[in-house]
Amino acid sequence: MFSSSSSPPWLRTVSLGVGAILASVFAFILFSALAALLRGVEWEFFGAVWSPREEKFGLLPMIYGSLILSFSALALGWVLSLGCCCTLRGLGPRWLAKILLTSLRFMTAIPTVVYGFAAVFLLVPVIRSAFGGSGFSWLAAAVMLALQGVPAMTLTMDGALQSIEEQTSLTAAALGLTPVQHLTWVVLPASKKWLLSSALLGYGRALGDTLLPIMLAGNAPQFAASPLESLRTLTAHIGLTLSTGAGGGERSSLLLAGGLLLVNSMIVSLTARALAGRGPAA
Amino acid sequence: MRKREMSLLLLSRLSALLVLGVLGGLLAFLISRGGPVLGKELFFGDTPPLEALLGLRPVWNGLWPAVAGTLFLLLLTMAFAVLPGIGCGVYLSCFASPREKYWLSLAVDLLAGIPSIVMGLFGFLLIIFLRRTLLPRGSTGMLLAAFCLALLVLPSLIVATRSSLEALPDSLLLAAEALGFSRGQTLRHVLLPAAGQGILGGVMLALGRAAEDTAVIMLTGAVASAGLPGGLTSKFEALPFAIYYTAAQYADRAELDRGYGAALVLLCLSGGLLFLSWRLQRNLERRWKGVR
Repeated sequence: MFSSSSSPPWLRTVSLGVGAILASVFAFILFSALAALLRGVEWEFFGAVWSPREEKFGLLPMIYGSLILSFSALALGWVLSLGCCCTLRGLGPRWLAKILLTSLRFMTAIPTVVYGFAAVFLLVPVIRSAFGGSGFSWLAAAVMLALQGVPAMTLTMDGALQSIEEQTSLTAAALGLTPVQHLTWVVLPASKKWLLSSALLGYGRALGDTLLPIMLAGNAPQFAASPLESLRTLTAHIGLTLSTGAGGGERSSLLLAGGLLLVNSMIVSLTARALAGRGPAA
Repeated sequence: MRKREMSLLLLSRLSALLVLGVLGGLLAFLISRGGPVLGKELFFGDTPPLEALLGLRPVWNGLWPAVAGTLFLLLLTMAFAVLPGIGCGVYLSCFASPREKYWLSLAVDLLAGIPSIVMGLFGFLLIIFLRRTLLPRGSTGMLLAAFCLALLVLPSLIVATRSSLEALPDSLLLAAEALGFSRGQTLRHVLLPAAGQGILGGVMLALGRAAEDTAVIMLTGAVASAGLPGGLTSKFEALPFAIYYTAAQYADRAELDRGYGAALVLLCLSGGLLFLSWRLQRNLERRWKGVR
């Protein structure tokens, strides 16, 4: 609107200060992670065994845990979101869409820790009695992560689909398409990019979440092969190990885990920006 | 009807019902278990409420210390975040040169994606760094937690401020220009009041985010029992941490019931904040865009 020279000086200072603080947060974490990596060559951070007693600090089980948990939660959550979004965009009756929209908006306000708390006493016992074991498992964490991710993904998809629907509705009506046909054959194929970017958003959130994995996944540092086994994510690993006040190799492995999470979230944000930068605005 | 339409229809109905069903079940469960314990005893235990509120007598078996900790934390977080957040949003939408805009909004986008546990780790590293250099006696506590939470909610404040200002019609700016207002006057007397509700909505949203976040405070000074917040650098109790802790470590039925109560209270707090924010932002849209 105005030029930068006309800005009140304090406003400019504040903004550039904010920018500088943000940059230094990134630099600080990345630098610590790098230093830990260099210092801890003999600790084999990318090894497969986590056993502090034997001085083995391999992060691979946690990296594996983070990846499989977030991808499984994403797969489930994304499909649910697509379904919900179609309901909102006219595949379901009006009243259902209205209820669903209100509920989804409300769901964005539910604290993660409340989801976790409810699941510990509701979902985990169900899994325990149905499949045996302790119930604290990949499955429990994935289901809750998927549910928690649905509102954000659905609302993003919905915004994009709505704008494309508005752009094409006259033409579609002129061609004699029913609303269902319009959505299925025109709007959805045209909004592939937005469906992808909502999946990216869901992935970033699922991987970055701490409370659900820490409360529900059982936290055993192992390579879980079935959904009923326990696993530990990078985020849970940071939370668990830091609160025990560990030092040495454990401390260094945490810094590295933080660095990995940060790099991952940066890649996700940059990809999302690149996706949003191209094509029609939504 | 073709196959693809049918399957989409089926998927949409199924997932809508599934999400609604699970949400309903979850809420019903929480309310049925947490509802009955809501009351004076939940917050204050067997301490007289007035004395507990004034801090004359400690509360051992109630949520009051955690509630007070959370409220105090929110206050402190906003003291850190509001001015830079709104200032940065105003600068981005009104004054920044294209290059500054690019870099600032990139930084904000990147920050918005940071997992909150990483922000907690940052706080932890920061205090270790400070201990080695400037503050040999520094420790994790309220001030550090509020600082990290402020960093965490800055992006939502900045984005809300920026988009509220950018949603205003050009005619406002033109009218102010035609009346001979200076830039500062336009901003102070025309643009900010016009966008005020949206900005306030952003503050509510940020409050909601700060209230529910557990990962940051877990690493920066929240503990299970600390009594009322004692000062800026002391450890503190907070609602989300109390819920997390109860789920893992509850000893008896009474503690578990308190956990349900705490979950319900936190849910109402963040639900209320979100609702306020939504109302405020909708008012703004109605006023300037004539939406509905």
